[in-house]
Amino acid sequence: MKVTFWGTRGSLASAGPETVRYGGNTACVQVTGSDGTCVVLDAGTGIRRLGSALSKDLTRVDVLLTHLHMDHIQGLGFFDPLFRPGIEVHLWGPPSTTQDLRARLTRYLSPPLFPIRVRDVASDVHFHNAPDSPVDIGGLEICGAEIIHPGPTVGYRIRDGDRVLAYLSDHEPAMGGDIEARDAARWTSGVDIAMGADLLIHDIQYSPEERAERIGWGHSSSLEAAAFARLVGARRLAAFHHDPGHDDAAVDAIVAEAAEAAPEVGVFGAREGASIDL
Amino acid sequence: MAQEPLELILFRQLSSSLAIPIFMVDADGDMAFLNEAAEQLLGVRLDEIDEMPFEAWTTGFAARDEAGEAPVESLPLVRAIRERRPAHGPLTITGGDGVSRRIEITAFPLEGARGRFIGAVAMFWEAATDE
Repeated sequence: MKVTFWGTRGSLASAGPETVRYGGNTACVQVTGSDGTCVVLDAGTGIRRLGSALSKDLTRVDVLLTHLHMDHIQGLGFFDPLFRPGIEVHLWGPPSTTQDLRARLTRYLSPPLFPIRVRDVASDVHFHNAPDSPVDIGGLEICGAEIIHPGPTVGYRIRDGDRVLAYLSDHEPAMGGDIEARDAARWTSGVDIAMGADLLIHDIQYSPEERAERIGWGHSSSLEAAAFARLVGARRLAAFHHDPGHDDAAVDAIVAEAAEAAPEVGVFGAREGASIDL
Repeated sequence: MAQEPLELILFRQLSSSLAIPIFMVDADGDMAFLNEAAEQLLGVRLDEIDEMPFEAWTTGFAARDEAGEAPVESLPLVRAIRERRPAHGPLTITGGDGVSRRIEITAFPLEGARGRFIGAVAMFWEAATDE
């Protein structure tokens, strides 16, 4: 299973010389299974470059959306496969209590927010509610679970053979209680899908000081992400969803805080363009 | 122990900050959490209880209504679990501290975003003390 970061920024794209190392595009991660299955995690602005890079021979691509905040869907209308005939594009994401994914997503992919309607694109588009029990997409086993973030939001667990990737791009587990409490494994959001992951891609938007002023905004600090990684026994933690106001040096500092707090976990900052072979 | 559903995690955290007594059960009807105010009113401490299955809490507080011993199926929280709708009623209970109290209970089921039954919650308050 190969993981490639096409967008690692949170909240708002932030291109510029000060963000060139970690990148300015918003959330998008490509997962390629050992059998060639292609799954895309989130459709932030990073998905535009990914779409252009995908083989023209591809006949199916699955896009797993964690939630429908703009930084996770804004690139969808610029995803090249969506406009190719002969390809199936499967969109997965959380329903709300009253609307399915199609109804929710087409509020963005329609006028006045977007000029083209989903029904007018050339590809064969299918909508699916995010799976809450394991489903197979090609050779990958995918499972989703609701996690703490404002509005319906899921995290994903992807298994390829004996390798596990957990993706919790926007997550504020501390809103559910103390991540380091004795019974935290029972009372912490996201534990089930992240447990024992070989690679945990997790929200690390804030420094502890910033997080203290942004409780309930749906994101984690360096120390909270580190505590969560330790709680679930992740082997590696990819610090993700960098704050748009943070330059590369600020991200370096936040990642270093997490690494110090979780020395047994291999902590690194997710960088646009980087790939990891699990 | 496995992770609880997100809705229970969030409700537990909210309940921890509320002054009104809250008693929360999981989808099996077993006690999942009670807050400090509930500990005080029920005369039990969460930290001293490993578990409180359905059979224990439905019979353990000697619940009585106007006719005498209250049938389990009449308890508001049990009705919320079984009928999947809010229920309300007065009861007299005897807490773990031996004190009898008249309480009012409002209970409601918790259903997740996809309509999945997650558990139920009882909020209650003391109407009068009869020691």
